[in-house]
Amino acid sequence: MKANCWYGAGDVRVEQVPDPKILNRRDVILKVTSTAICGSDLHLYNGLMPTMKAGDILGHEFMGEVVEVGSEVNNLQVGDRVVTAFPIACGRCLFCRQELFSLCENSNPNAWMAEKMLGHSPSGIFGYSHMLGGFAGGQAEYARVPFADVGTIKIPEGIPDEQVLFLSDIFPTGYMAAENCQIRGGDTIAVWGCGPVGQFAIRSAFLLGAERVFAIDRFSERLRMAEEGGAETIQYEEEGVYDRLMDMTGGRGPDACIDAVGMEAHGPGMLAAYDRMKQAVGLESGRPYALREAIMCCRNGGTVSIIGVYGGFIDKFPIGSVMNRSLTIKTGQAHVQRYMRPLLERIQRGEIDPSTIITHRMRLNEAPEAFAKFNRKEDRCVKIVLKP
Amino acid sequence: MERQDAGRSSTLDEPTVADRHASHPVRSARAGAPSRRDSARGATDHTHEFLARTLGWFSIGLGLAELLAPGRVARMAGLKDDHRLLLGASGLREITMGLGILSERRPAGWMWSRVGGDALDLALLAGALSGSQGNRKRTVAAMLAVAGVAAVDCFASRRLSRMAGWTTDDGAVRVNTSIVIDSSPESLYQFWRDFANLSRFTEHVEAVTIYDRQHSHWVVKGPAGYRVEWNAEITEDEPNRKIGWRTTSYAEIEHQGSVEFTPAPGGRGTMVHVEMDYHVPAGVLGASIATLFGNEPGQQIQSDLRRLKQIIEVGEVLRSDGSLTGKGRLPQRSAQPAEATA
Ligand SMILES: [Zn+2]
Ligand SMILES: [Zn+2]
Repeated sequence: MKANCWYGAGDVRVEQVPDPKILNRRDVILKVTSTAICGSDLHLYNGLMPTMKAGDILGHEFMGEVVEVGSEVNNLQVGDRVVTAFPIACGRCLFCRQELFSLCENSNPNAWMAEKMLGHSPSGIFGYSHMLGGFAGGQAEYARVPFADVGTIKIPEGIPDEQVLFLSDIFPTGYMAAENCQIRGGDTIAVWGCGPVGQFAIRSAFLLGAERVFAIDRFSERLRMAEEGGAETIQYEEEGVYDRLMDMTGGRGPDACIDAVGMEAHGPGMLAAYDRMKQAVGLESGRPYALREAIMCCRNGGTVSIIGVYGGFIDKFPIGSVMNRSLTIKTGQAHVQRYMRPLLERIQRGEIDPSTIITHRMRLNEAPEAFAKFNRKEDRCVKIVLKP
Repeated sequence: MERQDAGRSSTLDEPTVADRHASHPVRSARAGAPSRRDSARGATDHTHEFLARTLGWFSIGLGLAELLAPGRVARMAGLKDDHRLLLGASGLREITMGLGILSERRPAGWMWSRVGGDALDLALLAGALSGSQGNRKRTVAAMLAVAGVAAVDCFASRRLSRMAGWTTDDGAVRVNTSIVIDSSPESLYQFWRDFANLSRFTEHVEAVTIYDRQHSHWVVKGPAGYRVEWNAEITEDEPNRKIGWRTTSYAEIEHQGSVEFTPAPGGRGTMVHVEMDYHVPAGVLGASIATLFGNEPGQQIQSDLRRLKQIIEVGEVLRSDGSLTGKGRLPQRSAQPAEATA
């Protein structure tokens, strides 16, 4: 089959590789019908994620048709159309039973690597380094899905791929970011980063009862998309984010702040340059400019919800601001399996149309061009869907 | 449908996880055997800590010099000015390690990072030498100085490793690790007591032949097809609680070990605690055996226990494309399907 393989920073290639086979009893094999490039794939593309190996198949956002079913999968049949959750989760361990699926204790065969980096290991993830399992990803013609009875949702006929593909990651991820804000009716929420996850965080905040949402980015097309989602926007290169937010909230600050940027934040000034330098020499694995600003802007007693991906260590973390002002920090990789059903129902009820964030539709063959385009934010690129 | 209840958040107060942390061999030793060792520690241990502290300050000093006066350091080491940038990076590294060493009481991990840093410096200097830029004599002198520091770093690291509980006083390697499994002490005891099951979840145990209720024969796979075998006898057998064993007569890896099963608090499964002391023989054989157990004793057994947990909780060992056997420490393949899968 054809698959998009990683070979190093800035180097992905579509290659011929063997077809996947059932390896465990709760596996299924999918014939992939749609797959997407995630913002977090760019961390791999830019070589910021340790424990990648040449030849690794990328992609954790995919859906398709079941073509083979393991002996212990009782809820799926050949021919079913399903979307796959990006965290791999057994459904039986202590964490899975509490619906903390991205913390599954049984789904990372290389947990020891993650333990070295993080202290403890999270769940395995498709196509996202050996530290997170060494699982082949879904930017391919076929994909193996372990624990498929827990990690997939069946899609009823009549709903097109583009409406449901993002149940695999970015819609639940953005939704969880908003849910973590513990929104009460009338709250104001600020969102740093208007990439795909930020877009879903904005829309989810409204679904959960927010009254005003402020969206912060520098790309005009992303800010326009945020406006279409109902947000008031701040172009951070043109105006000071802190001052503008205080202006709009009577000096109190937003009730909750969402960092939907993560470890490759851009920002103005000395501190951002300092972060860039330290990241370049490997002393800091993230550039936490957006996170620092989100903390400083949040109102007293408010919540900072971190959903942008961080990999290791950051510097100059304003812990004094967090402590003295009783802030709550909530974060985590999305527990996707928890949200797939209720969010599918919202899509079916017409409360949200996830396909509106798609800006580019390309063939799997064009993955290298697609990555380059997305990485450089060329051509007003926000979200790319690939068709095998 | 609305799933907003704050109770189901990701902040899980999970005593089992905390416990596993506490019994990790590197971070802290469990009560019992290690404390015996602690009291036996003499004044020399404080000397080693002092040595580490001195090296920590040395790191910071050197780092500041490299950062603030790269030109002078470069000239002192006989390097050309275009090595300034590298020296700056190496300066930041030195400062980080220095602070790391000083901020921990038993800074074994940070000390080993100094050894790694020494290797980097030597590589940098060797590069300068082969490029024949700058002053060769000074570069050679700098290399000798770095090599000397590296030797001290190695010595201090080994001593500190021993103090951190990686090895015991008589030179045996101590492994002390545990995991929580969602099952009863009874069924876990039953599973483990049938030694034939061990090859299902341990990375290197190839086969166990049971002679009788007390005696068994083990075949263990090492690197490059090398095999180790030994006879073992049960030394302790408390049904549903504890099993102890040791190697008998001549064994290439002389060791003793025990596994304990205790109910986790709150009815959240069973804590499985493994403790092992083993003697690694000297020489080439010893070196290959050391790689068998991994650089960091305990990591290996921790991975084995994780697979035991998978077998008990989900029925089989999970495999990925990168680790086709599910046994992650073996060489990793690329994460793409294999041609023919086992
Ligand atoms: Zn993603
Ligand atoms: Zn699980």
